[in-house]
Order: sequence, then C-alpha cells, then structure tokens
Amino acid sequence: MACCGCNDNGNVAVKDVDKLDQILSKYEGVKGSLISILQDVQGLYEYLPIEALNYISEVTGIKLAKIYGVATFYTQFRLDPVGKHVILLCQGTACHVNGSKAIEEAICEELEISEGETTKDGLFTLTNVACLGCCSLSPVMMIDGEVHGKLTPKKTKEILKAIKAEEE
Amino acid sequence: MRYVTLTIDGKKAVVPASYTILQAAEEVGIEIPALCYDPDLEIVGACRLCLVEIEGNPKLHTSCSMAVTDGMVVHTESEKVVHARKMVLQLLLDNHPNDCLTCQKAGECLLQKYAYMYDVKFREHDGAYKPEYTDTSSPYILKDEAKCILCHKCVRICEQVADRQVLTFANRGFETKVAFDADMSIEESSCVSCNRCVTICPVGALLDKRLMGKTRIWDGEVTEFKCKSCEYGCDFEVLSKNGKNVAVRAKSPGEGRPLCLKGRLTSEFLNLDDPETPYIKEDGKFIEASWEKALEIEGILDKLDKMDSKDAEQC
Amino acid sequence: MKLIVGQGSCGIAAGASKAYKILEEEIKNSGANIKLGSTGCIGMCYLEPIVDFIDDDGKKTTFVKVDEEIAKQIVKDIVASKVDSNENVISDEDKEALAKQKRISLRNCGIIDPENIDEYIESGGYKAIERCIKEMTPEEVIEEVKVSGLRGRGGAGFPTWFKFNAARQSPGTEKYLVCNADEGDPGAFMDRSVLEGDPHALIEGMIIAGYAIGASEGIIYVRAEYPLAIKRLNIAMAQAEERGYLNKDLFGEGKFKFSLRIKAGAGAFVCGEETALLESLEGNRGTPRPKPPFPAQKGYWGKPTNINNVETFANVPFILANGGDAFAAVGTEDSKGTKVFALAGKIKKGGLVEVPMGMTIREIIFGIGGGIAEDKGFKAVQMGGPSGGCIPAEFLDIPVDYASITKTGAIMGSGGMVVMDETTCMVDMAKFFLDFTCKESCGKCTPCREGTKRMLEMLEKITEGKGEPGDIEKLEELGKFINSASLCGLGQTASNPVLTTIRYFRDEYEAHINDKKCPAKQCKALLTYTIDPEKCTGCTICARNCPVEAITGTLKEPHKINPDICIKCGKCYEVCRFGAVSVE
Repeated sequence: MACCGCNDNGNVAVKDVDKLDQILSKYEGVKGSLISILQDVQGLYEYLPIEALNYISEVTGIKLAKIYGVATFYTQFRLDPVGKHVILLCQGTACHVNGSKAIEEAICEELEISEGETTKDGLFTLTNVACLGCCSLSPVMMIDGEVHGKLTPKKTKEILKAIKAEEE
Repeated sequence: MRYVTLTIDGKKAVVPASYTILQAAEEVGIEIPALCYDPDLEIVGACRLCLVEIEGNPKLHTSCSMAVTDGMVVHTESEKVVHARKMVLQLLLDNHPNDCLTCQKAGECLLQKYAYMYDVKFREHDGAYKPEYTDTSSPYILKDEAKCILCHKCVRICEQVADRQVLTFANRGFETKVAFDADMSIEESSCVSCNRCVTICPVGALLDKRLMGKTRIWDGEVTEFKCKSCEYGCDFEVLSKNGKNVAVRAKSPGEGRPLCLKGRLTSEFLNLDDPETPYIKEDGKFIEASWEKALEIEGILDKLDKMDSKDAEQC
Repeated sequence: MKLIVGQGSCGIAAGASKAYKILEEEIKNSGANIKLGSTGCIGMCYLEPIVDFIDDDGKKTTFVKVDEEIAKQIVKDIVASKVDSNENVISDEDKEALAKQKRISLRNCGIIDPENIDEYIESGGYKAIERCIKEMTPEEVIEEVKVSGLRGRGGAGFPTWFKFNAARQSPGTEKYLVCNADEGDPGAFMDRSVLEGDPHALIEGMIIAGYAIGASEGIIYVRAEYPLAIKRLNIAMAQAEERGYLNKDLFGEGKFKFSLRIKAGAGAFVCGEETALLESLEGNRGTPRPKPPFPAQKGYWGKPTNINNVETFANVPFILANGGDAFAAVGTEDSKGTKVFALAGKIKKGGLVEVPMGMTIREIIFGIGGGIAEDKGFKAVQMGGPSGGCIPAEFLDIPVDYASITKTGAIMGSGGMVVMDETTCMVDMAKFFLDFTCKESCGKCTPCREGTKRMLEMLEKITEGKGEPGDIEKLEELGKFINSASLCGLGQTASNPVLTTIRYFRDEYEAHINDKKCPAKQCKALLTYTIDPEKCTGCTICARNCPVEAITGTLKEPHKINPDICIKCGKCYEVCRFGAVSVE
C-alpha cells in the first residue's frame, strides 16, 4: 500500500528514506540505541513523524509501542512539526526568581499562543526548557541557538517583532 | 537451597533465601495487599501498597521487591504502614471515577477491595482527574482510561509475548497513560485481542467487552474450565446466570501459552447458550464474521461436507 | 603574548564568540604578535565575557565584560603597552573573590584550553593514571580514595571509595563505569563547567575509577541540552585515544585498557537517579527500578556498574596525583575536600565558586558572592534544587558540610545555591519547585505521580487566595508521606522545598491563607493596587496604559482604580512617574 503520504495506518511513504536508512544502519546491532536513533531522526525531520516511527519499527524490529513510549517520555522529542523559529524559554530557578513568568506572558501575548504551541503562520514555537545554564543573564530565552538575556517583557516583544519584521 | 528465618507480624517464617517478604508472608498465611504485584510478572514496585515496616530500618519498604534476610522482623499492619496504605489508596481514589455502582468490575476490583479493607472513601475535591476516554473500537476489549491506576500489569503481561508487545506506557508524570502502539485505537493497533491484559487488570480499566452488562461476579455462577483448542489448555471461566451460560472469559494463560482469540471464541461457541457474533480483524478493521471463518474451520467443514456426500453416495 | 577568551556556554551567551572574532580581526589588523586562544569558564558569570592577557613575562591581566568596543580597545592597549589603563581590567574586589576559593575539581577551568590535551598534560594531567597503573593495585587506588574521604558530589554524598569497592567486590568480569552528567537541577551548572572547561579531568578520573573497580568500559551520560560539552568531550576523547590513554593498553604494562563513549540524554530530570539513568542508557523510558538490587550488584545490562557524577570524577585525578591526605587536608571532619556551588538568584556576583567544605553560607554568599543584589535584605537560600530546601537567615553561619546542611532540612545536592531576597515569596518558590518535580515525575509510583500533583494544586490554590485553614497541615501530611513512600530519590525528596518553607516561613503561608495577602507582593491574585490621591497629579498615563480600563479620573484630578475590574497586571505601577500607585 505504498501511496501518496496520506496519514493512515503505517505503510506510508517516508520522506528522505535514504538518510533514515543511514541512521538506522549506523546503529545496527548496537543494543539499547533507541534513544540515539530517535535523536538522530529528529535531527533529520525536526520532529518525529509517525511514518518514521513505523519505519524504524519495521527495520529494527523494535515494537512501535516501545518506540512511542520512549518518544513520549523524554521532553526532547516532539511528535508534531515545529515553527521556523523555536523559542526556548528557560525555566531555571534563577530565571524564575528574576521574572521568567512575565517573559512567558509577554511572548504568549505577542504571538497569541500558549506554551508548547506553534503560531498559525508556522513562524514560532514556544517551548519551556530546563535550565539553559546562563543564570547570570536571567531571565533568558534562546531563539535559533542565540541566547537573549536580561529580558524584560518589553525587550522580549521587541526581539520577536524584529524577527517578524525580517520575515516579511 | 539456603533457608532463612524471619518474623512477620510475630509469626516465624522459614523460607528460601530467594524469597521476597511478600512471598514469605504468603507462606505463613499473611496477605499483604498489592496492586502492581503478580508472581508471574517482573517486579516493578510501583503501586507502593505493599509497603511494610522492617525493624531497625527507618524507611518503609515494598515487600514485593525486598528480599528476606535472616533475623528480619517485619510488621505488615503497623500504624505507620496502615497510614501509608490509606494514603496510597486515597491518592488512587482521588483520581478514579466514583463509578462502582455500574462498574463491570465491581466485586472483583482490587481497588474496591482494599479501599473497603482500609476504610478509604472517595473524596470530593476540585483537583484534576485523568481525562475521560473510553476506547470502544474493539468488540472484545474495552479500555476505560479514567479507571486506570497505572499498575503496569497489562503492559508487562503483553510484553511477555515477544511478537505482541502492543501495550506501553506513554507520556510521564500525572499524564502517564497506557497506550496501544502509538496511542492508536484498539482496532487500529496491532492488538490481537488475546485478552491477556484483561485477565490481569486489577480494576475496570481493561474489560472483556463481551461480558459487559450480562452479569457481575456475585450475580451468578462461575465455572472454571480449560480451553481445548490446543493441547496446553489455558484457563477459562464460563459465567452463568439464571441457569444460562451467558459469557466466557479468559482467566489465565496456560504454562508457556499466550492465550489467543481463537481459543476464546472456540470456548464461547462450545459453552454458551447463545454466543454473540464473532468479529475478526482485517486490515485494521473489525468485521463481523461467520463462526466457521472466526474459528478457521471453513476448509475443514467443506471437506467434511464432501466426505459426507461421498459416504452417502457409497451407501 | 597571548589573549585567552573564556568560551563556556555562559560566556558565549554573553557574547564571548563575538569578542573572539573582533580580537582576531584587530590582532590581524594591528600586525602584533599576539596568540589568541580559548578556555573554559572561570565561573564569574557576572563578568562575562572574560578575556585574559598574558604578556611575555607571564604576567596575567584579566579583562571583564568585554564587548566589541572593549575588545578593540584591548588590542590597542596591548600594542601601546598600557593594558593596565584599560577600564575593564578586573577589579581588586573581584580578584579577591576568586582568591578566597579553593579550586580542585575546577582546577583547570578557565585556565587551560579544553580542546588541547597538551595544556592538560602540562598542568600535570594524566600523571595520576600513570601512577595508578605503574605503581598501584586497584585495591590501593580504592584505599587512596578512602583516605581522601571523598563523597559523591551528585546529591546523596555517599562515600566514593565504598561505591568503588562494592563494584570491585561484585562477582563477574564484565563491569561498567558510568558518569552521570545529566545535570538537571535548575540552577546548577558545575558539571557543565567541567565538561566544557576541563574534559580531560573527567576522562582521567574515569580511567582511574575503571581501573579501580575493574571496568573496561565507561559511558558518559550527558544532557542533550549541553551541545558544547558534548563537542568538547568528543574532541578530548579523540585526543586521549591518540595519546594512548583510551582504547589502548595503558603505558604498555599489559594491565589495563579502557574505552569510553558518550550517550546523550533526552530531557528527563529523573534520569539523574541512577537506576533511571541505567534504564535510559538501555534505550528505555527512564523510570527507576526498585533498590536493592543496587547498580553495584546489577546495573547496566544486569552487570555490576558504578555510577558517579562529573564533579566526583574530576576530583579523583587530584587525589591520586597528590595523595588522599592532600585532599583530606581540605574541608571538615565529616566532609573532606571542596565543593562547587552555583550561585544564582538575587545575588550580586552570580556564578560558579569552589570552596573548602566547612566555609559558612554567609562567607559564600556575602564574602564571595558580594551579597544581595540591589542591597536588599537576605531572606533565604535554596540549596539542593528541587530535592533540597530553603535555608533561612538564622542559619547563615552554619558551615557547608553534609551533616550541617541536612540538619536544616535542605541537602547539599549538586550544589545549586539560589539566593532569595525579601521580594521573593516563599510559597511561590515552593510552588515553583513542586511544579518542576511534578512535571519531571516519571509517573511510575503512586505517591510521586499522584501526590505531587495534589500538593501542587494546593499550593496553586493558596497563591490564588483560595487557601483554607488546614491546608498547611494537609501539605505537611502529604509531603511527609510522599517522602516516605516513593520509589526513588526524586519522590523521596520531592516535598523538601515545601516542607522546609513551611518549617521556616509558616507565617507567609498563613498570611496567604488567612489574610489573603502575599507579604513579598509576588502572588498576583493577592495584590491590590491603589492610587494615592495626595501623590497623583492626574497625568492620565496610568489610565491610558490600563489594558482593562479599570482606572478612571479626569485630567489633573486624582485617579481611581476599580478593584472589581483590575486584573493586577501592574502596568499602572510601572508607568506612574510620581510613585502614586501602591501595591499591597
């Protein structure tokens, strides 16, 4: 039932299957590699498409249930596509003490999303993350790998507006 | 074999050194309540109901996982233990629907049994509950997520059969749930309806759907029998009410056998007065089937028919 | 002449890479003969980016807060031979803060180039393992660690030699050594500093431990959120292999060969618990296993396994190079050596400090950390993260050692120290930590999965002004139960932040519940904003900024806030230029 890529019960064409095969062959015969496999696969697609999970299961023989159980346990893994810019908002203690809640509110207000959601235009995803370790710059967020520190609600909105403006 | 001697609630127990406290207690006739423990499953120590106090040890320990040692003095119903058990049960009831009146499992439910035993009641509170979700996609198994106490038994018993492993825990923390494959409906999933999970579920979270509404445990007779579909003989029960056999259910897998749908359907067919229509799964969909097809005896019947007609000709 | 740029994650976040690029260009443009290098983090996060200049005589000058302009200036000043006149040379006070420390596990961080094995070797690295292999039996190595008195730096403080010995004594030839680098405590980053700043110290420590317990294979379980640490570890491991420290018969003695690999975690705090970590290493959901059996008996793939954290391993080469006595000479009777603390929160000089055990909390916070930010009043310090507790001002003079900290209800933990001032609400802090634990609970055992959620709900209720009499007692009862009945260390310590804040700040809880007031003015739902008619000039700025039109009044007349409409966003308070808006 190889078909268009419609989302029915497995057996669906997987994108970039060559690259996926490369990842799987790298871990062939190495027991206990499921998490590493999922990390590499997420590196490939930015998230874990269900088709890819099915494919991993078929090739490795690891049961789909187990893969799903692991993928939903760890916060690093995402089962849904993410926006172009991922905002990682630090939830460390120092950031909390220095007002990260107000920063979260500012982001949510500016982008009209809640934590974990993606904007309708697909530009931004907001994710809370464990301590980024830049405590002296708190409160901190990271967008596309760049750290923005000593945030205020106003500064946060300006940063987001600047990215939006660039995209237009 | 090396034996050790210990004292449990004042009783002396002499048991093999490989025993856990819970097993040793059983030996001397002391029942320690447990929800996640089963002698045939891997020990997980998750429900924390079987906690006991060991003298000289400030912490409480799970008797299901703690090995016995020589001279150990154990208290299974001390004040501290009883308090902890009440708390465990309270936390479980706080996240469980107050549904015993109409629950199919009533009378056999372990949570109900222990709540009664330790006098723990449903508490009205405004805290979060598990989302209510009932999977009715299968004609054989009903999954009621709100009733699940996450004892992990269903996942473990499913895992024991290498080519099944359909069940898993998904998510974590308070959001943890039991999922079929990648959280699919039972119908879409690779579940083969063997009902191993149903046989072991201590509460009403996984139920035999063909039993529902027909009878509850106190309502009629339960007769054990062995399935005759293959030579191993898994244990089954026939439930009867008002002199009529109304349902058959799997009780436990036979030694080295996994339980199977075909065996259960065969047992239904042979034992029930009025067996319900069987279903088989094709391409991820349950479809009604004839008994011949469900029991995979179409070829046999055809051949028998042919032989019968041959015999008739010869006569 | 050499310029060295501190390039830890925090330094980079503060702009160290930019500074590096500018320096590179400026050096090129100036034509001066200045070498440019990198190092890890010295720990003074509040001064980042930091650049060290070492002149031809070996004299070191440290520049702090090096932005693009300063970077240009530094090169100019070097060329003009007047570095001392640079405005951003480190102050004597900050130098002193560094001098008060005693660096053992961070001995090379911020000094050597972590990507260059020669610099580690020049600083005495890989001497300890040479001594072990050439001169000592594994038992003697364990004995030396015993003499040192080193205890695990990851949380519980278990004697390290005892763990080494238990794994050594465990029957079997296949054994494993695991480094727990899954530093997940929000507010602690000492392990990252070692991984990024001195990866060879960890590698050498692990080789020594592997030799001691008889494990030929080691695994480093690192948080995936530490990409730079993983990169530097990979470089260091490749270099160590090249020099024959890994995957080869060590020193040709035919005695020992050790291999090492990295496994990246995937985001689960509970994997800091050793049995959960093992599950994760085996590719499973990271849920803890019942203990006993302990990992020393049945660990990775059922084989005897020893697990220690980064800081613990980083101390091991020092002990074997200098002798256990040298380590034991530092610290107190019960707690030997040094401990690294991550100072954060409302503190002037946040960052990493390593001090001898036994220094008082006051000395760390005020002597080294410079005291409370904005000179506000000290209220409490949270130690040990989500498993720890809050220590109030009355205990500022207790020494930091395992027993003294434990007595307060907190724990040493991995060394997070979050300082709180009078504007921090302790109920809110307790809620923050419990929210963390609740999200990180693996969901396996009932008390932790269900109980932390209920405690969190109660705290939410209290901070929203819906608390009822009896809530405090309920929290205490549930908290003590969760600690006593949970499966693993996470659950067994989950309630500590709540229990300690109730113990020391019960009045704050009572104020929230009985008076519906938040004394620290942090819990929004409990605040009331009012305008002082004496001070209000009727400028209307508050009314114009109010998002819900709760403020009324005419121009040049005092304004009023309607409490029924007010959503307590605090905008009016922020924008008022006359201090007329007050919050209670």
